[in-house]
Amino acid sequence: METVDNKRKHVISRRIDTFFLKIFDAWRFVRRFFSELFKPPLEWGEIVKQCYQVGYLSLGLISLTGFITGLVFTKQSRPSLSEFGAASWLPSLVAIAIIRALAPLVTSLICAGKVGSNIGAELGSMKVTEQIDAMEVSATNPYKFLVVSRVIATTLMIPVLTCYSAFIGLMGSFLDVNAHEKTSLTTFFENAFSKITFLDIGATLVKAICYGFTIGMVSCYKGYRASQGTEGVGRAANASVVLSMFFIFLEEIIIVQITNYVRS
Amino acid sequence: MEQITNIKEEPVITIRKLYKSFGDNKVLRGIDLDLYRRENVVVLGRSGTGKSVLIKIIAGLLKQDSGDVTVLGQDVKMLDEKGLQALRLQIGFSFQSSALYDSMTVKENLEFPLVRNRRRLSQKEVDKEVNEVLEAVGLSQTLNQLPSELSGGQRKRIGIARTLILRPQIMLYDEPTAGLDPITSLEINNLITEVKEKYHTSAIVITHDLTCARQTGDRLAMLLDGQFVTQGTFDEVFASKEERIQNFYNYNFCQ
Repeated sequence: METVDNKRKHVISRRIDTFFLKIFDAWRFVRRFFSELFKPPLEWGEIVKQCYQVGYLSLGLISLTGFITGLVFTKQSRPSLSEFGAASWLPSLVAIAIIRALAPLVTSLICAGKVGSNIGAELGSMKVTEQIDAMEVSATNPYKFLVVSRVIATTLMIPVLTCYSAFIGLMGSFLDVNAHEKTSLTTFFENAFSKITFLDIGATLVKAICYGFTIGMVSCYKGYRASQGTEGVGRAANASVVLSMFFIFLEEIIIVQITNYVRS
Repeated sequence: MEQITNIKEEPVITIRKLYKSFGDNKVLRGIDLDLYRRENVVVLGRSGTGKSVLIKIIAGLLKQDSGDVTVLGQDVKMLDEKGLQALRLQIGFSFQSSALYDSMTVKENLEFPLVRNRRRLSQKEVDKEVNEVLEAVGLSQTLNQLPSELSGGQRKRIGIARTLILRPQIMLYDEPTAGLDPITSLEINNLITEVKEKYHTSAIVITHDLTCARQTGDRLAMLLDGQFVTQGTFDEVFASKEERIQNFYNYNFCQ
């Protein structure tokens, strides 16, 4: 009985060790990004290519989801507001919801799925087919070429996509408002931005930057550490998405708390 | 002859009492090996005996548990990242899977290490180098093709060309003929010999293919159960009465 207990303790202690070793490894991976970031030369060609892939190639999906989010949110909110005779508040309500929460969150969740899985699978497959080792033995720095360029691209492009998504979302909302109240575009945007402060816009940009960094870093880490063949590549792609989303929600809670504290 | 003897007195790679384990699996159990200038040493052994681990330790991709690996006079485990990068410029590593960057064309694959390590080269000079190594491996026509459009043998050749572009002093070949048909294997074996003659390289060739060993190796080292059981020329090694060596020989040719 005592032996079984000892074995169990041994297994538990080994799992705890592994957990902390993984955290330490992830911490070193993130720390390396900041040290490589300020060591010239950066891989500008690869950064531009990744910005194109993360930003431009996501425009279609972001347009669609942003537009539907704005339109549906307006349609859903209208009956409740109309009940209180407050339908004229719709533009500002929608703007607050989209700019403060929906645009950064929806954009980053979409990108976690589209871009995160792409990066995780790409780097994972490069890892298991020894392409990353090949870069290393040819005296080049695979971390700078693969990780730094991708993390910079996601950190730069998610805020751009968030702004674009917010604009498209408001256009979706305008479509519904215009159909019911015949409001002009100028009046709609004047109403929409009447309740938006610089703090809202600043907080949204900070959120988008954090989410972009998180998506890039988590996906690169999972891809870079992939092992055990094609199954490992699948796991890396999956973990990239799931972990990115988890951290995005965690950051959302923290940033909202901080913003509310500053606002009050 | 005397000159060759003098050159041979200085090993470019020295390995002493090298140990490496993965968990409870003891892969390398205290191996010693010297590689001399302009010599091809073939490391023979069954799959899973740690042959690839050995050359990955030499290239600094893996760290040994204990023992010394000296490459061109430098202790690999003592090198920092910068030192390791400088050393890797002198080492060409040809991977078993070729490890070509599959999102890049052949030209971009070959340019990749060159433009990052010789930043002062003009595009014209880069193109000249690329064409030269492609000609050396006999694949000039593949310049703008993607790795997915190449055959297994062509991929191996491009992989070797990519390592040659930095003019390394030492070549490490990991299973160069694995998965290739006999004729393509023969071509790769000839290429390994040509590389040695043309680029004056020393090489460690990892293989379990006896034809490859006989054609490319000046010296053979037989790795069994994590230790070199014998070293010498092909005939010397297989003249051994050791049962495991005879089994390896017989099995290879029965196959």
